[in-house]
Amino acid sequence: MATTAVAFDPSRAWRKARSVALRPEPFGALVYHFGNRKLSFLKSKPLVAVVEALADHPDAVATLVACGVPESQWPAYERALADLARSQMIEERTPVPPTTRRLAAGPCTEAENA
Amino acid sequence: MTTVERPVGGRLIDQFEYGLDAPICLTWELTYACNLACVHCLSSSGRRDPRELSTAEAEAVIDELQRMQVFYVNVGGGEPTVRPDFWHLLDYAVGHDVGVKFSTNGIKLDKARARQLAATDYVDVQISLDGATAQVNDRVRGAGSFATATRALENLAEAGMKDFKVSVVVTRENAGQLDDFKALTDRYGAQLRITRLRPSGRGADVWDQLHPTQQQQRELYQWLLAHGDGVLTGDSFFHLSAFGEALPGLNLCGAGRVVCLIDPVGDVYACPFAIHENFLAGNVRDEGGFQRVWRSSELFADLRSPQTGGACTQCGHFDACRGGCMAAKFFTGLPLDGPDPECVQGYGEAALAARDGSAVPPRSPLDHSHTRPVRGQPTLLGMPALPPAKICDESPLSGLELR
Repeated sequence: MATTAVAFDPSRAWRKARSVALRPEPFGALVYHFGNRKLSFLKSKPLVAVVEALADHPDAVATLVACGVPESQWPAYERALADLARSQMIEERTPVPPTTRRLAAGPCTEAENA
Repeated sequence: MTTVERPVGGRLIDQFEYGLDAPICLTWELTYACNLACVHCLSSSGRRDPRELSTAEAEAVIDELQRMQVFYVNVGGGEPTVRPDFWHLLDYAVGHDVGVKFSTNGIKLDKARARQLAATDYVDVQISLDGATAQVNDRVRGAGSFATATRALENLAEAGMKDFKVSVVVTRENAGQLDDFKALTDRYGAQLRITRLRPSGRGADVWDQLHPTQQQQRELYQWLLAHGDGVLTGDSFFHLSAFGEALPGLNLCGAGRVVCLIDPVGDVYACPFAIHENFLAGNVRDEGGFQRVWRSSELFADLRSPQTGGACTQCGHFDACRGGCMAAKFFTGLPLDGPDPECVQGYGEAALAARDGSAVPPRSPLDHSHTRPVRGQPTLLGMPALPPAKICDESPLSGLELR
């Protein structure tokens, strides 16, 4: 395993780890890491949308904004993301410079436009 | 069939009671054939079933598991490695994003196979051992089985295999050996996994004799609290949570909700300990395959609703143990909404004593046990009467039908 767990900083760029698969479930999703074979669960559909959208935004806070997560819930979301970072389900990525960044169509594109 | 509305939010365990779109993992017994004749075999294995899934059918099941995103399966039997296509199916599953954790008595794990496994990602091996000494182990698993298992462990360690497991069913005879099991496992650089003895399959014949005493259950609980992090249990002992503190894991009966069993002929049961028509949900050969069975069977729909009635729901410990193991109740003739026969609060013993003496506990009609003693037959139930190796050893005319 090349990736190692890092402390979660919401002002940095993240993405769902490349060796991780999300399986939709009625309450959220099952998360599986093919590398370390760890299994986890995302307990709400909005959290699933946030995890999937991380890669499309410059940092985690921007992702929460784009996904329309109310600010009062940010601490809870950041705790959940920190847990996922600790278990290597999400990983840091090198951010694309803002000038060249193009927002790809993704699960949170609608929320962002709203 | 009951359809109950799933709540939004809340605890994960409450969500699991309503089932998942696909199992978290499932057990797949590849064959009923086995070289051993363990006295407590949960699937009454021994002889191969002629209706066993073919290689192509097994591949189709793997394809389906990949589509449903079932990320790993626990493969067992019988002894899965005696299937000639076992190693092919292992590669096929891993190549289709379905990780394999397989249980074996070690019979086929020579040095070459151990090296092959060590070089394969995404495969886990569990060697079954039911005694930390040959004396204790061989009484239930058969003479020579301890030596076979430890030779396999040596081969795996020597090949540099990582994270392999020693899998132990806790019995009255080995419950005092937990520290020894841990030491043995550490010696091979392996991980210890302990699970609960169920009165399933041939386990029904020896359950009275082998299931841990109340005192042993309490010691096991204390031991798990002290060592729980380093020891795997497959969530097997959640009934012990009613002693007080919850044990690590889901603490939920996952049958038909988050796990199930596919048996060697493709029958889908709610759990590996429930091979009985009452828990049969369908067959992977049916139209719609495994996915249709998992998502649409009436049995599984029934299992996917929280228990609301029965004696246990009135108990202060219900939230801790959730009434215990469905299979353990069923095969000891207890009602499914009542206490587990090994209820640590003592309600199980009372329920067992109150059974109608004339009622015989249900038994699976499926039995693939060897019809004659195997080499190294276990001695727990007494020495078997071995047939003469050649008919002439006894009498030149024995066994000949002379008319």
